[in-house]
Amino acid sequence: MREISAELIRDTVARLAVEACCHLPESTLTAMHRARECELSPTGRDVLDQLIRNADIAASEQVPICQDTGLAVVFADIGQDVHITGGLFEDAVNQGIAKGYAEGYLRKSSVEEPLFERRNTGDNTPAVIHTRLVAGNRITLRLAPKGAGSENKGALHMLVPSDGLEGVKKAVLDTVRHAGASPCPPMVIGVGIGGNMELACLCAKKACARDVESHNPDPRYAQLEDELLELVNRLGTGPAGLGGSVTAFKVNVEFCATHIASLPVAVNINCNAARHAEAVL
Amino acid sequence: MSVVHRLVTPLSKDDIRTLHAGDLALISGTVYAARDAAHKRMIETLDRGGTLPFNPAGQLIYYVGPTPAKPGRPIGSAGPTTSGRMDAYAPRLMELGLAGMIGKGNRSRDVMNAIRDNICVYFAATGGAAALISRCIRSYEVLAWPDLGTEALAAMIVEDFPVIVVADCFGIDLYEEGKKPYQTI
Repeated sequence: MREISAELIRDTVARLAVEACCHLPESTLTAMHRARECELSPTGRDVLDQLIRNADIAASEQVPICQDTGLAVVFADIGQDVHITGGLFEDAVNQGIAKGYAEGYLRKSSVEEPLFERRNTGDNTPAVIHTRLVAGNRITLRLAPKGAGSENKGALHMLVPSDGLEGVKKAVLDTVRHAGASPCPPMVIGVGIGGNMELACLCAKKACARDVESHNPDPRYAQLEDELLELVNRLGTGPAGLGGSVTAFKVNVEFCATHIASLPVAVNINCNAARHAEAVL
Repeated sequence: MSVVHRLVTPLSKDDIRTLHAGDLALISGTVYAARDAAHKRMIETLDRGGTLPFNPAGQLIYYVGPTPAKPGRPIGSAGPTTSGRMDAYAPRLMELGLAGMIGKGNRSRDVMNAIRDNICVYFAATGGAAALISRCIRSYEVLAWPDLGTEALAAMIVEDFPVIVVADCFGIDLYEEGKKPYQTI
């Protein structure tokens, strides 16, 4: 049994919040440069130039890449040989979010209740926390702030097995086509296939938060990622939705076991500020 | 090559008639920052027979909810938010003389018609370029509803704020036209 203090978790989450919101991952930046090289539209290239300059300014001045510093989505893999001391895990994460969003001058975008008053909680809590118990005595924290412009354009399609591969491709294409310019393309598209309703969505979110340089380890799904990317880029949406050949940097696919009668497909779209930061305690 | 307009607010109808979808513009002067919650309150104010906290005639609303300003800065990062969420409110403001809007993303048919019928314009700023855009913002002053925080109605003075005309007063929509040469599916 290894002890990890709630204080360390809090401070780590606070640091990750600022890092994720101000520093675009190197891989996303590389994807942006690559897109700049192959984009056919002059307007699209101009948009990508702006985004590259923006990322440089954000990193050098430690200011947010995007004003929508998102709901804080935290993936926590907790080793089952860890004993958390000095407080509750979820409290520590939320205290870390509050601290990071205050100290980093990040925007507080969380409202406490969705329908009537919509009062801002003032500290960007509560975080959306996905906890998994894993082997070992470490905690891996992955923070992926997610803005609403892209999040609002996601969709769940409850397909059936006979819809097959073509049905999956159509679901992804329809979602991205319908999203248009709103999710700030070029996007990173997370696709979750299988599971049930909620698991498909969680898979899509994990796919969305995955690195743009990663591929699904299953070669069939890796190939599907490439095929979907090619299809999406043929939509012509382009950078900022103004027309062009690069609508997405990457399509990431995650899959899981499903019911004999089901083929759920969830599509979670990330914007060009495909942000995440990770720490292992 | 696209035309680049240098515009100073407020805009006249003649200014607006020179703008065509796809043209670039650098905007200077006062623009008003408002998004979801401020729009809701503006419309509620009008419904009660009240007047808006600013005169919309010839003015531009920028759909933005900035991050908090760091010490010594007028504003934090301040890129455009998705305009579609303001579609329910925008036609009413255009009927009151609002010259146009700056945001990102597609608009409803009603908004596109109101842009054409009222001789208005819809500009897009680059979504995701929030740190870059904030460099064009010289000041940020909350005019109303400070309880809304980042969503408060504010007046900003901008200098050479780079935007592109997405919807002009002739009914052209760059989001529809721009993708056509690249669409192969």
